[in-house]
Amino acid sequence: MAAARSGDVSSLRAAPLVELRGITKRFGSLLANDAIDLSVDAGQVLALLGENGAGKSTLTRILYGLSRADAGEIRIAGKPVTMTSPADALAAGIGMVTQEFTLVGPMTVTENLMLAGSPLGRVDRKAARARVLAASERLGVPVDPDAVVERLSVGERQRVEILKALLGDCRLLVLDEPTAVLVPADVDLLFASIRRLTAEGMAVVFISHKLHEVVDLADRIGVLRRGRLVADLPAEGLDPVAIAALMVGAAGPADADLPDDVVDEALATAVGLDGAAPSTQAGPVDQGRPAALQVTGLSLAGDPRPRLDDVSLTVRAGEIVGVAGVSGNGQTELVAALCGTTPVTTGTVRVGDAEVTGLDVAARLRAGLGRLTEDRRGSVVLGMSVEQNLVLEDLDRFRTGPFLSRRRVRAHAEALIERFDIRAAPGDPIRSLSGGNMQKVLLARALERDPTVLVASQPTRGLDVGACQYVYAQLRALRDAGSGVLLVSEDLDELIGIADRIVVLSGGRLVGEVAAADATREALGVLMTGSREHAA
Amino acid sequence: MRFVLRGREPRWLAAAAAGLAVVATLALTAGPIRLAGAAPVSAFERYVVSPLSTGNGIAEVLLAATPLLFTGLAVAIAFRVGYYNIGAEGQFLVGAMATTAVALALPDLPAAAALPLGLVGGALGGVAWAFLPAFLRRRAGIDEVVTTLLLNPVAVLLLQGMLNGPWRNPDTGFPDSATFGVGYRLPELFGSRVHAGLLVGLVLVAVTAVVMSATPLGVRLRAAGQSPAAAEFSGVPVGLLQWRSALVSGGLAGLGGASQVLGVQHQLTGSLAAGYGYTGVVVATLGGLSAVGVLAVALLLGDVQVGAQGASIALQLPSQMGGVLTSVLLLTVVAALSVRHYRLVRRTPRSPRPVEG
Amino acid sequence: MDFPVVAVLAATLTIATPLVFGALGALLGERTGVLNLGIEGTLYAGAFIGFLVAARTGSLALATLAAVVAGALAGALMALLAVTLGVNQHVAGIGITLLLVAACDFTNRQLFGGGQQTVTEKFGRLFAGGGIVAQYPMTFVAFLVLAPAVWWVLRSTGAGLRLTAVGENPEAADTAGISVARTRWTALVVGGALMGLGGSFLTLSVLGTFTLDIVSGRGWICIALVIFGRWKVVPVVLGALLFGLFDALQLQLAITPAFGSIPNELLIALPYLVVIAALAVRGRGVRYPGAYLTAYRRA
Repeated sequence: MAAARSGDVSSLRAAPLVELRGITKRFGSLLANDAIDLSVDAGQVLALLGENGAGKSTLTRILYGLSRADAGEIRIAGKPVTMTSPADALAAGIGMVTQEFTLVGPMTVTENLMLAGSPLGRVDRKAARARVLAASERLGVPVDPDAVVERLSVGERQRVEILKALLGDCRLLVLDEPTAVLVPADVDLLFASIRRLTAEGMAVVFISHKLHEVVDLADRIGVLRRGRLVADLPAEGLDPVAIAALMVGAAGPADADLPDDVVDEALATAVGLDGAAPSTQAGPVDQGRPAALQVTGLSLAGDPRPRLDDVSLTVRAGEIVGVAGVSGNGQTELVAALCGTTPVTTGTVRVGDAEVTGLDVAARLRAGLGRLTEDRRGSVVLGMSVEQNLVLEDLDRFRTGPFLSRRRVRAHAEALIERFDIRAAPGDPIRSLSGGNMQKVLLARALERDPTVLVASQPTRGLDVGACQYVYAQLRALRDAGSGVLLVSEDLDELIGIADRIVVLSGGRLVGEVAAADATREALGVLMTGSREHAA
Repeated sequence: MRFVLRGREPRWLAAAAAGLAVVATLALTAGPIRLAGAAPVSAFERYVVSPLSTGNGIAEVLLAATPLLFTGLAVAIAFRVGYYNIGAEGQFLVGAMATTAVALALPDLPAAAALPLGLVGGALGGVAWAFLPAFLRRRAGIDEVVTTLLLNPVAVLLLQGMLNGPWRNPDTGFPDSATFGVGYRLPELFGSRVHAGLLVGLVLVAVTAVVMSATPLGVRLRAAGQSPAAAEFSGVPVGLLQWRSALVSGGLAGLGGASQVLGVQHQLTGSLAAGYGYTGVVVATLGGLSAVGVLAVALLLGDVQVGAQGASIALQLPSQMGGVLTSVLLLTVVAALSVRHYRLVRRTPRSPRPVEG
Repeated sequence: MDFPVVAVLAATLTIATPLVFGALGALLGERTGVLNLGIEGTLYAGAFIGFLVAARTGSLALATLAAVVAGALAGALMALLAVTLGVNQHVAGIGITLLLVAACDFTNRQLFGGGQQTVTEKFGRLFAGGGIVAQYPMTFVAFLVLAPAVWWVLRSTGAGLRLTAVGENPEAADTAGISVARTRWTALVVGGALMGLGGSFLTLSVLGTFTLDIVSGRGWICIALVIFGRWKVVPVVLGALLFGLFDALQLQLAITPAFGSIPNELLIALPYLVVIAALAVRGRGVRYPGAYLTAYRRA
């Protein structure tokens, strides 16, 4: 079977390894992919760039059989194929590593790798283990075949994902934003592995929204915007500024409503020019200002090591403190502990003058805590309307006697919709809102109470440029109005751009602090990685 | 650019699905009815129409619906907040037993004292039976589905044990309790067997409906049930609400048991273990977990129950067909409602445009 | 007083037999993420259909086969509702139990109503007089064939890996080319067949007749045993033996004169309370399958 396929390749030398023709996919009124033509040759790295929501993930899901195109065809070595499931894609020699890892946590690495194509009967673990070791050899990075996956770090899990693809006679590897979750050192390892694989003749499709990280890796660059392929060029000698402009659509008439500075900033972020994010940073914050949030000796027990370990930090009124770190190093736990959704093992949390350790969420809200978490859809009750979600934290304020006053709820919602420019009616189901609009609802809910401190975690993840800028502007305005902001983010440019100082969280501990004015990606990266190895 | 909303279903779709489910139910049960030697059309007429054609029939329907009102409401309130209390059966029985204990201990109380005491006793009995699973869920995170289910056979055994043991009827020697004192009779209404328990149930339906739809508590309860994590995040104490709802649910089921012994039987008998609690799951689910829905479905199932008795006499069709009809209706309705979602989610306009070469 | 140790242990194995069938059947479904509360009704249907066919044909083999088929169909109904249509699993399961109990009662009334109890052929004990090993054939099947087989399948075969993967992370299984729906359907149908077989043990081996309280909550016990055993075969079987032991003990106590004053029903309730207590102790912090109670839809 494999021999027959390689025969095809040699007889059809002219045909690219994989070719997409006229791929079109619609979700309701949204045209996610609009007649996309793309191809990739053996040994080539094709970087697919685009803003969030540009249609990159949709395209790769179609290529991998996770989603079906409404129109268009996929050709492998010149022959049309139909992909109705990942099994078809695997059979055609396509492997994929998605943003959400698809590994079975309680199983070992070997067991995970045995899943695809294993027979129903007895399985040969020894042989499978040997194949895992051989594949990890090919990748150039050691992987323990007997480790239980849920105990591995994110970078290690990603390697397992890549191994999984390699085992299946894979000739095209699709990587969907593989660097989003990695520390810089892991990114280097990943790129080295990709180079090893392409040298063997494998083709790689690499998705990213960061131009600067793929320029030296890619052979070709395709740019998607709003579902359309707007550029497909060799990477050699490309013009980064022009590509960035294409990505964000600076020249497009559809974006006339975006202010110029938004476009400039997006451009700068996309190109990765240091320090380009316009910052209205205040100088060093006066140490005499009252603490808006004070965390002392916060720990959260965990297995095998504590998930939070003696974290102490202070956010003063009128400053934005950034928390940098690679995903999975305690950020989620820190935010949950501050919000009161996870009880802590030891330590205290103060909001303004009030100690809130051990208090429930409602009491923390009353003490002046505002929250904006990474899981937007998990922060709203999806089955309820916009207005119900807007008042959910503060229902008793809208009571007339024992009853909830619909009139006052409606009026309150309308006022917030106006003030925060939410594109929805009060009675709309919240699940129908776009990510940006949902974030505005959450911002409105948090800011409307004039919080003493706002804990914001990944507040711009998955948002388009306009919505990001809106969130930044709101955070800055809140800071300028004298509140404290704790900004947890994996996007170093974002932290450097809007925080006043940045602390680094690694392995559940705070391992360093830098003033944002002095911070560089490299310095933060060292802090994020260095202590990781130290902890391990 | 604005996305046009997706996922809003036209209102008629749910009704159409329910209608389809009714048709499917009739089609699926027609076969067994015919096999049992009855004509399906006349059987269905017996089940649904006949009971409502006479005043006495209507009274019997109200009487049959009364316990279902309590157990349906009990299950609905618990399910609403995401607490899967499937133990209404046991809570109903223990409520009836608690009422019996009161009635047998203080047989001579006047109605003004006896009825409140009997009803409160029943409610507390239900609460007591709901306590252990709720406590285990709150303190140790133990799944309430299994524990509430397991306590149902235990309650039945407890009932039989009491009737065979301490409460065995001293006069007849049968495993039934002695008849309660005259003070322990809920007043009868409309000169029929319908009793004041129905009024208690209706008041509870009204109170629940108002609380759920028009108070902050109702919004919190709904939020807790729909997305516990998001509700918790918004300051709704989900665990606490579930704990309280679990006890309220047990109390309502227990009150149903009290109403049944005080209003209908005037003594405790083994026939009380007739699946009122399990049927409560059907009532709550078909009623969409809303109070008004519970009322409507309780009346419908009461109708079918009375009809099933009638059909067993008139058509020699075993009355268990009523239970078959009810459970088939439950399954077809939930299936039809899911099919409706399923189509909508999966529907992608597929353009028949030919692939250009 | 001599305590009849051998008799109690022999009774333990007999009582545990239907629980092993039922609990392992439930375990298969739950390992793929589907909780089948139809189990109580499926045991009931297995018991009744076995009895019905035995009464009408006199063939125990046919009766057993019919019970297995009935159970498989009940499992298929659960799969249709919970897997294909994505109905709430609690509601679907309870609905199936109510349906099967009502349908069996209806048929029972129609065919056997009135008159005296119908008695059928039943399996005899093998090794009669052999003490603990004097058991019905199905007891040997349960402990010596079924339990080791399920253990081996889950541990050493691709089918076992698939089952676990689908229950823990259906997305991952799907990505690996495993059909989530087909795996769950298979597990529920096979699990249902085991439940049907377990139910038929009550009529075709133990009683030789059918009574309305023949199952009386054993299905719920099985569900509890699966949690108690944390979805692993060996502890689930041990849990079934624990219940069997307490049930055998209470049966023994009921005929022991010193305990004659305790109402029989309270003794019968004892093993249920033991299971609840066992859950309270061992149920803390259990880790449910990752996709427990969750329908899977490809995005």
